[in-house]
Amino acid sequence: MWMNLLLAIATLLLLAGAFGALLGYASVRLRRDDDSLVEQIDAVLPQTQCGQCGYPGCRPYAEAIAEGDAINKCPPGGEATIQSLANLLDVEPQPLDAEHGEEQPKRVAYIREAECIGCTKCIQACPVDAIVGAPKFMHTVIESECTGCDLCVDPCPVDCIDMIEVAKGIDDWVPPRPEDRPLTHEPVIATDQRPAGASA
Amino acid sequence: MGTRYDFPGGIHPPDNKQQSLQTPIRQAPLPAQLIVPLRQHRGDPGHVLVAVGDRVLTGQPLSEGEPGLSVPVHAPTSGTITAIGPHEVPHPSGLEETCIHIEADGQDQWCELAPCPADASTLERYDHLHRTGVVGLGGAGFPTRDKLQSASEAPKVLILNGAECEPYITADQALMRERPDSVIAGALALWQLVGAAQCLIGIEDNKPDAIEALRQAAEGTGIEIRVVPTRYPSGGEKQLIQLLTGQEVPSGGLPADIGVLCQNVATAVAVDRSLRLGEPVIQRITTFTGEALTRPGNIEARIGTPLDHLLFEAGLDPDQLHRLIMGGPLMGFDLTTTGLPLIKTANCLIAGTAEEFPDSPIPQPCIRCGLCEQACPVDLLPQQLYWFASAGEHHKAEHFDLFDCIECGACDWVCPSHLPLTDYYRHSKGVLRQEKKEQAEADHARQRFEERQARMEREQAEREERRRARQQAREQRRSGEPAEAGGTETGAASAAAPPGPDRETLIQRRDQARQKVEEAEAQLAEAREQTPEAVPKLERALNKHRKRLDAAEKALSDAREEARSC
Repeated sequence: MWMNLLLAIATLLLLAGAFGALLGYASVRLRRDDDSLVEQIDAVLPQTQCGQCGYPGCRPYAEAIAEGDAINKCPPGGEATIQSLANLLDVEPQPLDAEHGEEQPKRVAYIREAECIGCTKCIQACPVDAIVGAPKFMHTVIESECTGCDLCVDPCPVDCIDMIEVAKGIDDWVPPRPEDRPLTHEPVIATDQRPAGASA
Repeated sequence: MGTRYDFPGGIHPPDNKQQSLQTPIRQAPLPAQLIVPLRQHRGDPGHVLVAVGDRVLTGQPLSEGEPGLSVPVHAPTSGTITAIGPHEVPHPSGLEETCIHIEADGQDQWCELAPCPADASTLERYDHLHRTGVVGLGGAGFPTRDKLQSASEAPKVLILNGAECEPYITADQALMRERPDSVIAGALALWQLVGAAQCLIGIEDNKPDAIEALRQAAEGTGIEIRVVPTRYPSGGEKQLIQLLTGQEVPSGGLPADIGVLCQNVATAVAVDRSLRLGEPVIQRITTFTGEALTRPGNIEARIGTPLDHLLFEAGLDPDQLHRLIMGGPLMGFDLTTTGLPLIKTANCLIAGTAEEFPDSPIPQPCIRCGLCEQACPVDLLPQQLYWFASAGEHHKAEHFDLFDCIECGACDWVCPSHLPLTDYYRHSKGVLRQEKKEQAEADHARQRFEERQARMEREQAEREERRRARQQAREQRRSGEPAEAGGTETGAASAAAPPGPDRETLIQRRDQARQKVEEAEAQLAEAREQTPEAVPKLERALNKHRKRLDAAEKALSDAREEARSC
């Protein structure tokens, strides 16, 4: 009887040991690539490379998020980015951290060319090479490449760079939600003001 | 007759077509002012070719564009360009776009037209269509050249769409019954151009006059007139293809993928006129209807004619007007002003009274009755799409094939809760399109950023490399030269310390520095009397020069001491 008991214990221990070793090996060998998570986070970030989050670019912030940093430090991305990050990482979305700035409509840098002295400081600051120019020659911003990151504004010694809001054309127009349109009729009773399903 | 196929869903709204079919097509008188938007097609606006003050002739190109991106527009009549700038265009957003304003001189003098040469290749013919501004005149405004070119090989079936299923619209019907010969000529031109095996014209059976006229005109040409039962939206491109061939255009695909090319009948006429006469698209037939008009009918007018001019022509009663709709009652959109120009894609304008188009009833909650699902012509789940779209879960809606929705409005029409379903889908599609655009921009910015990072690292590495090479060369010189030169005096001196400038240069430098200090002192004294604001700057400059003088003197005395000690 004692023999049977010992045999059972030994078998179970052996099995536990074998499966534990297998799991341990698998967790090392088949480890989830951390880089793939960083890539996924980086793909969600708006790539302005503005550094408002406190990291020197979007990828470093993506790495920080992968390590557990807050997801609400990206003002250019705003609520939409926070929502996508929350979906991706399966965490609760938080409101944008005002410490890092506010969500603003898309802007581009504009150099008042008559005032530019050709110092190339903004060219060195631009993270996406959107400014063309040469020493002692006027610089200008390629509008389609500018991400509106603001980084060229501070280095300019003569303050000739403005951030201008981009005018929205027909191509950027999104048809409004039916609820956002003005009502064409008088609501009869209070519950008629909104369809119940729409607020769900 | 061919086999009869079917598409799912569909509705039977009252067709309201008789009002605008009482009179033949009328020509609108030339207006005094025309407004030509640069973009009247899917794509980007073209580049302006004219300047304010230029005199233009009828049919002269006003803009040019890269084929595949943009389509040119042409002067609808002769006159003078008075302005080029933003003006409100017919679009659901009510936004402004660049338009060319022309003051008509009333002479309507045509420029010389260049027909397509008889020996031109197919590609040259396509480009000719592009140059003459031919776009789909059925309502979508897709560039005809791009559509013809989307097929990699000759399509099996060419379909001319004369179904015109949406209520109120009769522009194609009027064209087919009054000018059947030009429609057949257009069909033959297109048929020859694309080299299809078969050419069909699809018409709904509620247009017996048009069917009869086309049958007579098509005799002996090989073109088949196929009559389809009246059911909205049989005139949708994909639905008509399904009705006539039994094949379904794949999700996200083009008719070309199943070997079909579909063109509107009015577009076929424009193709024929472009190839045969070189005539650009500068006019079109538009239905003016609705109970607020006393003289409804089909009006042929120049592109760019202000709508109020045409509405006046159709006898608009402004007191009766309640809603002004461009397009049909199901797919069209409301206009808030009549100061807009007629564009290439405007097939119908409805001036409705309050009785005809009452305000939409208050939407009630969805009761999941499933009527919308039965009405959907593309087999979607409108109810499920509505649920996602109204909750802002646009990506889920996309997984339920939102982008296959043709926005026909059949689900709206049958909804017993009066939910504006199509508006939700349009909103969702807009949000998703915008998101894709932003994602593409972000990816582009990331690529530029990464390439810049890589370049900076490379430059840094190169600098490092050069610095190391220089250092190596110096070390080699230090260890190698004495062995080679055999310890000459200069070699020993250079090995002990880097050779300094000799005494004469040091004296010269000191003298120069002294002179600078004197100059600066004189300037400062002058500035103190005349321009006191410059004083601090000059003081700083003087200090700098004094420091340099001190340094020069010190270097000189050091050199002297060294010489003495040697």
